[in-house]
Amino acid sequence: MKALVAALFLTYLLVGGAEAQRADICDVPGYLLFGESELGNVTKSVKEKRRLDIMIFGSASSTLGGPEGKAYPARLEATLKARLPDIEVHITIHAAPRQTVTDMWNELKKIIREQKPALIVWQTGTVDAMRGVEPDEFGSVLNKAVENIQANGTDVVLMNMQYSPRTESMIAVGPYAENMRWVSQQRGVPLFDRLGVMRHWSDTGVFDFYTPTKAFSVAQKVHECIGRALATQIIDAAQLGPMAKVAQ
Amino acid sequence: MNSVSQQLATAEPAAVAEVRPADMAESSAPRKVSPPSQRDYRLDLFRGVALWLIFLDHIPTNIVSWVTIRNYGFSDATEIFIFISGYTAAFVYGKAMTERGFLVSGVRILRRAWQIYVAHIFLFCIYMAEIAYVASSFENPLYAEEMGVLDFLKQPDITIVQALLLKFKPVNMDVLPLYIVLLLLFPPVLWLLLRRPMLALSASVALYAVSWEFEWNLEAYPSGTWYFNPFAWQLLFVFGAWCAMGGSERLSGVLRSRVTLVIAISYLVFAFLIAMTWHIPPLTPLVPEWLSALLYPIDKTNLDVLRFAHFLALAVVVVCYVPRDWPGLQWPIFRPAIWCGQHSLEIFCFGVFLAFAAVFIMGEISGAVAMQFFVSFAGVALMIAAGGLLSWYKTVEGRNPGSRTKTTDADMAGGEA
Repeated sequence: MKALVAALFLTYLLVGGAEAQRADICDVPGYLLFGESELGNVTKSVKEKRRLDIMIFGSASSTLGGPEGKAYPARLEATLKARLPDIEVHITIHAAPRQTVTDMWNELKKIIREQKPALIVWQTGTVDAMRGVEPDEFGSVLNKAVENIQANGTDVVLMNMQYSPRTESMIAVGPYAENMRWVSQQRGVPLFDRLGVMRHWSDTGVFDFYTPTKAFSVAQKVHECIGRALATQIIDAAQLGPMAKVAQ
Repeated sequence: MNSVSQQLATAEPAAVAEVRPADMAESSAPRKVSPPSQRDYRLDLFRGVALWLIFLDHIPTNIVSWVTIRNYGFSDATEIFIFISGYTAAFVYGKAMTERGFLVSGVRILRRAWQIYVAHIFLFCIYMAEIAYVASSFENPLYAEEMGVLDFLKQPDITIVQALLLKFKPVNMDVLPLYIVLLLLFPPVLWLLLRRPMLALSASVALYAVSWEFEWNLEAYPSGTWYFNPFAWQLLFVFGAWCAMGGSERLSGVLRSRVTLVIAISYLVFAFLIAMTWHIPPLTPLVPEWLSALLYPIDKTNLDVLRFAHFLALAVVVVCYVPRDWPGLQWPIFRPAIWCGQHSLEIFCFGVFLAFAAVFIMGEISGAVAMQFFVSFAGVALMIAAGGLLSWYKTVEGRNPGSRTKTTDADMAGGEA
């Protein structure tokens, strides 16, 4: 049995490793990508209306202090505009610090009555994990919320927590990440596995998340990479590859 | 093959024979159940191993934790630990209750709960020291949000009181509070187990079911509920105690059957395959939707039925292949695990401390794979050293099992329930 596990694990590493052997440091190995999920409303909006409205709905980790335009939402917008030059791309940001998924959904309910973006990128989980909200409740609230948003004709991409080795022993993010994966499978929505992606960058030495620093430069590079990776995955999932320019 | 009843019974053949007449008379009238007379080293062995696995799993980024059982099925080392703790608690205090009465043994159980409470608060102090250090030494704009977890340091008045009330429980410090609650409620449970074991077990199952139905759990601070719901996890503890009180003999017919073994092994294989889909994402789509709707979420907080069943299946296989009198239990290679299992409270607490220390070292020096191996092996080695030292000390103090009368044998084990 152990040999089987070892063999499977090795295959998994090799497959993941082979995919990772591309030049860009921001690259994400295949097993961390969206997979089969599609973004039908994004495809439709881009193909029929030539425009793409995205709302980033997140907590404090969807923002970054320091100069404007360096957090991942702005990097996502810049990348999408560069890769889809004929499309009008608009990104709005709602970043509410210290909100659990229940608080967020109460607010989002009101917002989507007035606005109807093609896609909502919903970043959540960290606050719930810090507060110790029951993981099951977290999952079921999120599941119901995503179902509602989908019924509203809007696509959803879920984004989980950051990989944070220094606080790993204080914030048990695991159960919340599992619940987000479960919701993404239940509702057929893509999951941007920020936790897995950042851990991959840490393991492969792309970024050092251990060392203390007051400088914004590392954080900005991380957000740049997240924005670019997210843009690529949205383009792939919405099957916009043929009309998009190749990433620079 | 030996009778599985004897294998699971954890009682010596002589003790089984002692119980037999009572068994026969038991059919209608309430009976007095006697706990088995001698310690079963399998319990110590597996509890020791469980303690190592808990330690490894408590280090968040640790490649060595790939060996722990949670990666290959539904249940993990916590189930083993709680079941065996229930079993040994019944073994130790059941004997005290038959010999010294309800009150004496009840007080002894409460004294044990107090010891565990003190140990828990001690660990909490160490935890506070560690994170206070992290709070003052670590800074990175990327983690402005995550550092909010340290906000409670600004309100020590509330935090410390909530910790004393067992409501505020930092990550990985959930097992001891569960254990404390289980022990506090144990005296009446044990009283009932000694008279009407089936009734006690049924009550436990009923409580489990009701807590699922009405979503009972204890409240936690600052929000949410206990990570290990005592209303649900008591089932495993009481089931362990019930097995010690002759329940395993009752089950012997079922356990002896090949069919049970085949079912257990099939279930373990099934759980293994499902677990593989967690680790190898390309396999995930192979699980049909109706099956994942049925399986997920597998709830650890409320001891999901799938987890309980997985533990039972493991137990069935283990009692079948590792009989009570298995000569291997005397092999030197298993000594370290038995030492650790025999001093479970000390070694558990030490393990929690070592996990804190490992995280600290990895944060300060390096989190590289080589370091993960180093802290894992060093940690387990230190746990073994501590277990060995405690066993040696007990021996030189003349408190080893062979050197005292039967009454104090139970007393000896009282330190390890």
